[in-house]
Amino acid sequence: MSAITAAHISKSFGEVRALQDVSLSVEHGELFGLIGPDGAGKSTLFRILTTLLLADEGEASVAGHPVVKEYKKIRRKVGYMPGKFSLYQDLSVQENLTFFATIFGTTIEANYELIQDIYVQIEPFKTRLAGKLSGGMKQKLALCCALIHKPEVLFLDEPTTGVDAVSRKEFWEMLQRLKEKGIAILVSTPYMDEAELCDRIALIQHGKILQTDSPARLRTSYTHPLYAVKAADTYRLLKGLREAIYTRSVLPFGGFLHLSTRDIMDPEQIKNDLDRKGFSNIEIKKIEATVEDVFLELSETDELKTATR
Amino acid sequence: MNEYAIKVEGLTKRFGDFTAVDAITFNVSKGEIFGFLGANGAGKTTAMRMLIGLSKPTEGTGYVAGFDIRTEAEKIKKGIGYMSQKFSLYNDLTVKENIRFYGGIYGLSKKQITKKTTEIMEELGLFEVAKKPVAALPLGWKQRLAFAVSMVHDPEIVFLDEPTGGVDPHVRRQFWETIYQQADAGRTIFVTTHYMDEAEYCDRVSIMVAGKVEALDSPDNLKNQYDSETMDEVFLKLAR
Repeated sequence: MSAITAAHISKSFGEVRALQDVSLSVEHGELFGLIGPDGAGKSTLFRILTTLLLADEGEASVAGHPVVKEYKKIRRKVGYMPGKFSLYQDLSVQENLTFFATIFGTTIEANYELIQDIYVQIEPFKTRLAGKLSGGMKQKLALCCALIHKPEVLFLDEPTTGVDAVSRKEFWEMLQRLKEKGIAILVSTPYMDEAELCDRIALIQHGKILQTDSPARLRTSYTHPLYAVKAADTYRLLKGLREAIYTRSVLPFGGFLHLSTRDIMDPEQIKNDLDRKGFSNIEIKKIEATVEDVFLELSETDELKTATR
Repeated sequence: MNEYAIKVEGLTKRFGDFTAVDAITFNVSKGEIFGFLGANGAGKTTAMRMLIGLSKPTEGTGYVAGFDIRTEAEKIKKGIGYMSQKFSLYNDLTVKENIRFYGGIYGLSKKQITKKTTEIMEELGLFEVAKKPVAALPLGWKQRLAFAVSMVHDPEIVFLDEPTGGVDPHVRRQFWETIYQQADAGRTIFVTTHYMDEAEYCDRVSIMVAGKVEALDSPDNLKNQYDSETMDEVFLKLAR
């Protein structure tokens, strides 16, 4: 039995179709990523699965219980970290944790082993008010509070949004360790690079799942020839490549542009073309697609068109 | 003529005995895209607040758009553009009304406002939704509109505070292209972000750690210096 199953879930708010026929399943001990931008419907799905919102259509079960009929059982078995910081700002770190433990009829000591790794990092500040913590520490406290009753299934809604690269990395390392303890984790993120750290991911945009697979298999599903290109003036290079006849698409990726071509080409051929067009310091190499390349390929480019449709 | 859009020396801010910004020194050239990075709590926001005239430095000097941050804060506020991650657009005003409102705030004449409104709508292709409340716009369009509105008074420098948090990868790229366009036209861009791939789009990047500027150079030079493949690695090596 899967830890989470969702079958054909749809939900609308007035005219906004937040979720359209969404299906997915997450196994015990699996780290599953829901990858998509703000407004894709991630939080709506989380709220349906955590029994806080009713779907218009479709069925779902969590930890073996259907979300509507047995919502009370689910609430005891899941940990939920909402996207918005939802702890008590005017309680201290320790008070917040004690509060959540008590609500679930347990104590910090009883499940300390589960949160230890994370809690030791915020323990020096245990008397500080939660509202006075830095972003990274708030996030760690919220995770501790979501874990204190030893949940079977953990829901983390954009836990790393607005958090710096160092704290993000530490956070994902913690998730790996939790997963090894057999907890099923559904995590959402707008950061495409974090997708690589999940066992499986679903790419979601405008309420629809574009594709579900392991990151590795998603990457290999990208079949067009792809090159990383760089030259002295990135902006001019972008405009130049966009006009080249061999170009399918060209998009900035950090220090490089990712150039997808209509046919397989020798990188030298592209380099010569750019040389001729007066670019300097040209670097070019054939590359494998990243999850972000796949997302960009599958997703719609024009938000406004989609919204006014 | 002043060749720098920002010139900061020994800029310091203390709160009680806590030094949030510790004697930072740097220049930003005109037309440059300058990335201002740092971990949460490193002092970025405090530093930025001093640069945009919202907070007085405890020590040090700074000039932004030619004005002294210690004595000419009001002139700085009028002379710069600012866009935050929370886009300061009014959700229940229409697209057009927002432009008019900000035009008015920055003291543009009626004629200038009309001209500017048409210009922005044309540039962003927003005619279709001109009379819709901003709340109805997709996030990416709000963001583009917020950027355009922050430049309604044609400032020589724009501060962008985590402008792309949570937006679609396509939209993020389109947004960076408009940043390139603006820089190409000579406008100075000062930008903070948590996306390390975006750090690579900047001409130069500074990384703050515990109140100090620990590194400042072009992304390529930083990667060489810290023997890293990506800015993400550079950042982790410095900030961890």
